[in-house]
Amino acid sequence: MNTVRQSFAAEPERFEFGAAPLHKFDLARREFFKLLGAGVAVFVVAKDALAAQETPPGSRSFHNEELPKEITSWLHVGEDGVVTGFTGKAEMGQNIRTSISQTIADELRVPFESVRLVMADTSLTPFDAGTFGSRTTPTMTPQFRRVAEAARNLLIGVAAKEWNVAPEGLVAADAKVTDPASKRSFSYAELARGKTLAQNLPAEDPVTPATEWKVAGKPLPKVDGRAFVTGSHQYTSDIRLEGMLYGKVLRSPSFGATLTSVDDSAPKAMSGVTVVRDGDFVGVTAPSVHEAQKALDAIRAQWKEVPQVSSKEIFSYLKKNAEPSSNERFRHQKGSVEEGLAAAAHRLETTHNVAYIAHAPLEPRAALAQWTDGKLTVWTGTQRPFANRDELASVFHIPESSVRVIVPDTGAAYGGKHTSDAAIEAARLARAAGKPVKVVWTREEEFTWAYFRPAGVIEVKSGISRDGKLTAWEFHNYHSGMSGIETPYDVANQHTEYHQVPLVLRSGSYRGLAATANHFARETHMDALAHVAQIDPLEFRLKNLSDVRMRSVLEAVAKSFGWPRKKTQEGQGFGLACGFEKGSYVATCAEVAVNHASGDVRVIRVVEAFECGAIVNPDGLRNQVVGAVIQGLGGALFEAVEFENGRITNPHFAAYRVPRFRDVPKIEAVLLDRKDIPSAGAGETPIMAIAPAVGNALFDATGIRLNNLPLVPNGLRAA
Amino acid sequence: MANSLEIEVNGKRYAVSYPPDTPLLYALHDELGLTGTKYGCGEGQCGACTVLIGGAPRRSCQIPVSAATAKPITTIEGLEKDGKLHPLQQAFLDAGAFQCAFCTSGMVMSSVGLLQTNANPKREDILQFLQGNICRCGTHPRVIEAVQHAARMMLERAR
Repeated sequence: MNTVRQSFAAEPERFEFGAAPLHKFDLARREFFKLLGAGVAVFVVAKDALAAQETPPGSRSFHNEELPKEITSWLHVGEDGVVTGFTGKAEMGQNIRTSISQTIADELRVPFESVRLVMADTSLTPFDAGTFGSRTTPTMTPQFRRVAEAARNLLIGVAAKEWNVAPEGLVAADAKVTDPASKRSFSYAELARGKTLAQNLPAEDPVTPATEWKVAGKPLPKVDGRAFVTGSHQYTSDIRLEGMLYGKVLRSPSFGATLTSVDDSAPKAMSGVTVVRDGDFVGVTAPSVHEAQKALDAIRAQWKEVPQVSSKEIFSYLKKNAEPSSNERFRHQKGSVEEGLAAAAHRLETTHNVAYIAHAPLEPRAALAQWTDGKLTVWTGTQRPFANRDELASVFHIPESSVRVIVPDTGAAYGGKHTSDAAIEAARLARAAGKPVKVVWTREEEFTWAYFRPAGVIEVKSGISRDGKLTAWEFHNYHSGMSGIETPYDVANQHTEYHQVPLVLRSGSYRGLAATANHFARETHMDALAHVAQIDPLEFRLKNLSDVRMRSVLEAVAKSFGWPRKKTQEGQGFGLACGFEKGSYVATCAEVAVNHASGDVRVIRVVEAFECGAIVNPDGLRNQVVGAVIQGLGGALFEAVEFENGRITNPHFAAYRVPRFRDVPKIEAVLLDRKDIPSAGAGETPIMAIAPAVGNALFDATGIRLNNLPLVPNGLRAA
Repeated sequence: MANSLEIEVNGKRYAVSYPPDTPLLYALHDELGLTGTKYGCGEGQCGACTVLIGGAPRRSCQIPVSAATAKPITTIEGLEKDGKLHPLQQAFLDAGAFQCAFCTSGMVMSSVGLLQTNANPKREDILQFLQGNICRCGTHPRVIEAVQHAARMMLERAR
């Protein structure tokens, strides 16, 4: 069976903030050349001139759909030979500035160093729904290949005309077009000189196969690396404008509280301070952050609070408050679970609770806003610049054409920077102050007023035959989401369902979304089944898997890890887990050590095999895979947002534990390069299998089955 | 001006007009425009704001600017000499030891502090010393590799 899945449009699930409305790009062709100088430009514009990309909003079917072919991206080859690509995607550490540049260089046949990328600027780049869902590589890579190929052909055409020869015989390489017959050549710079050639392209698929890539596929270092090690890169929070003020916003003491009275006489008496009040919005501006904070602290406000659910009761609350009417879009059924269970030799039921966790990107939400003649420019670290632009336009009742959102390469997001909170706050304060205003959230604000990866309850029921084959599979996720909810294992009788619950805490995207929770539940349950069946966990999985790519990552990880391993020390344990999501495959092995006396748990070694089709940049990919393992260890072992009476009770790094140097095991990433399969994204899937691998290893070490995340917030003592 | 504080940063003297109880971080980052030093938590927990004061790594978010006038301060901007990167900067660059890189300045400054007191640190020393620096992207193994590599380079150079 050929199980290469090529149609892997992202599920825009509930917690992947919906795509924004579609918009025309409004930079006129003439403006484009004015801005960039003469040269050769290629625009790829959708048939209907609308930039329909990503999965359209409202389409939330359970099954994957083919991606729309309409694409928008463009490229300019200047008179100096500099190649500029334009994309609405944002760089936040996932290293797409590098990988996209590689792709352009590869297809245009120019040196990597001559390519630059303009990213995530609503006035300069094509519309983009946002940088999320592991969509950049599968959508942007083929788009830029098409654009670059077209630009190359345009340049060949110019040369052919110049020499009066047929273009078919000419060769493009090393930023030159050469006529092999006469040995004449023109550089791209020479060909672009004095031209304002532009071409619209239909979306075709003529791309260089991965086996012939020369620049792509190589472990090239991160673009602008020097700017990062010297501290010269300007993140949003680093940008300064003439006369700029610093802003702070008054927060309620608890979620859902409403303002009943404000006394702002004390801050108003402070030098250089402006207080801004607009309904429930109260903020201050001052000449420095410190003075702004003092002014904010001097405001006396009264609030009316309302009762709120606390973390102690969250899981029973989620289960009790699930929406009663089952929604067909969220349900997948085949065969009969009842019959499958009746036929089973062994049956198993498990319940898994998954806590809220925080993204905690090291650069907190930040925005700098400037109003000029009724037009608004905002620099902000967001994953959705165009949606932020639309939200700003809507909030301030101005046309979208009056708002420009620019995203400097950002201090990470992990799914946590979709919204425009800081941008709206900075813009409101700047309008009142009549000067540019910068708002940088404090760490406490970030831990409290951002949004979280939603908590969830997952119930699994299954049956296996005497020889260890799955006969029935029933899986219910309450609240946390649908990503990765479908089992990759072969089972004739299954029922998978997602149950919505009204929000308790503000919740949204997080690297991998609910796939981490769903994989944790599924792979923990599979491990328990293997134990019931008395079959080795790897063998048990392979027995129930026909997906060739999944089998490949499992076999690769087992080989590198040395599975099955014999225990040589007290407290040692080994665990395994695997998964599939968003076009890529992961399998992870973990070794743990448990100190039975102290309850101390250490993850000693992790091997992770990952396969995402043809690899664009193995070095960047390795960073993403190792990084996902480390980040995933936090949610696996100890991260949990705690809350009571509408207050987050651990909103500091001192209380909310994230992985630090001592938590990091020895990690090996095994990257499978499938040059025959289109490149998929790699930002998310590598985080999905670490939690169940560690949990299963802890079971192996102690005989204690841990069914909830985090696994061991307080260590693990033998029962 | 009531405030006429002076601090020495990267070999230059600067007048600071921010109130004296302002954390050094904001004086450096916002008033002097030395934006390589980052705000990550304001609580001394993440290490992104690490600078050297009198050669020792300190969390600049925890020190009032008035307490930083006596000793010379070095920020990430002060490491490069005559267009040549400090061996630690070069090692981070060579190892690709960053992803979003928001922690990088603090990681480099803490590591400079480590190598000044311990020229040949064991892996365990590096873990211990960098335990207070958070990297959310999970680039820790490459940071360790970079520090070890820089230590070797600096020892060879000193020979």
